[in-house]
Amino acid sequence: MQGDDLIIETVLLAGKIMIENGADMARVDDTLSRIARNAGIYQPKIFETTTGILMSIPERKSSQVEPILKRTIDLEKVSLVNQNSRAFQAGQITLMELHDNLVKLNVSTPFFSFWLQLLAAVGVSCTLMLMYGGHWQDLFATALAGGLGYGCYYYINNRLKVRFVSEFLGSFLIGVVAVLCVRVNLGEQIDMITIGGVMPLVPGVPITNAVRDVFAGHLLSGMSRASESLLSACAIGMGIAVVFRFM
Amino acid sequence: MEFILMQVICCYLATLGFGIIVNIPHRALNSCGWVGVFGWITYLALKSLNLGTMLANVGAALVIGLGSMIMARKLKMPMILFNIPSMVPLVPGGQAYRAVRNFAFGNDLKAIYYLVQVTMIAGSIAMGFFIAELIARTYFQAARRQKSK
Repeated sequence: MQGDDLIIETVLLAGKIMIENGADMARVDDTLSRIARNAGIYQPKIFETTTGILMSIPERKSSQVEPILKRTIDLEKVSLVNQNSRAFQAGQITLMELHDNLVKLNVSTPFFSFWLQLLAAVGVSCTLMLMYGGHWQDLFATALAGGLGYGCYYYINNRLKVRFVSEFLGSFLIGVVAVLCVRVNLGEQIDMITIGGVMPLVPGVPITNAVRDVFAGHLLSGMSRASESLLSACAIGMGIAVVFRFM
Repeated sequence: MEFILMQVICCYLATLGFGIIVNIPHRALNSCGWVGVFGWITYLALKSLNLGTMLANVGAALVIGLGSMIMARKLKMPMILFNIPSMVPLVPGGQAYRAVRNFAFGNDLKAIYYLVQVTMIAGSIAMGFFIAELIARTYFQAARRQKSK
């Protein structure tokens, strides 16, 4: 593979990795056109949305489409693609090496281990509960709710690959744990325990990206991300509401 | 004093924790925590001056936006790495929770009151980011013009 094919393939792969792992569109646009221009294309035409990328080289009449079907969150990959693009611009690596690096980092970027993530989720729950004015007595219950909720979310998300269902079940579990903890006198305020426990599930990446995309003029991506975060928020809210309605 | 110290430590840990959940690079974790702390301190300061929740959120988001821009330039990394974990403490979780709770119990009017608050807070965070972007863009353009002269 060489010439135009290699350029288009590399650009599309870079875009695919970035969008799949939660980069904002202005950044994707910038990186992709940079790679294309550094590979010697005068005016690359690139159109990207959250569900697919289109790229064409106008004067040579070649173009390709790349659909994007899955969406996860892994900001380290975004940062690595960015690093590689910078190295390519500085002339430290060739286009072929850039392509190989992208293929490699797409499959073998280390993620923080599950236990560290669980610990982080517990940390987020407890500290935010204290920051919002909760009592120290609720610390243990919040840790339990946050940890169990995030564990459930993570496990189901990895198994079923449906984000909204896992968010619903995770927040449902958090609500149940909060209510039970207060019933057996392990905690005092159901409100604070639940708010703290739910915080690790907050769709922070889609919210931030939605705002940034809309302001950068990528209306299509901005709206789709806004609706994604709205759906996530609704799923979390439904989980909690079910607990309150029936317990 | 004790209160502020506890808030700073908690905010640093919370930002760090969310950073681990979304898997940002190890190199960025520390500076990301500090951006979050500065944002939250701005929020607390503006709120203790009785300027209202919305203005406090705008100010905090502005500080986070500018802070993450500076860190992104310094570490040569995308800006969203710093943006996303730092804004998590500002997310109107409490109000959203009360809205859901009131909907579940059938107090629709109260629930809508909280829902409006959630929307306004989310809007003011977006506003803060927008102003930060505007300032940065003007500054960089001015700097570029200075250089080309």
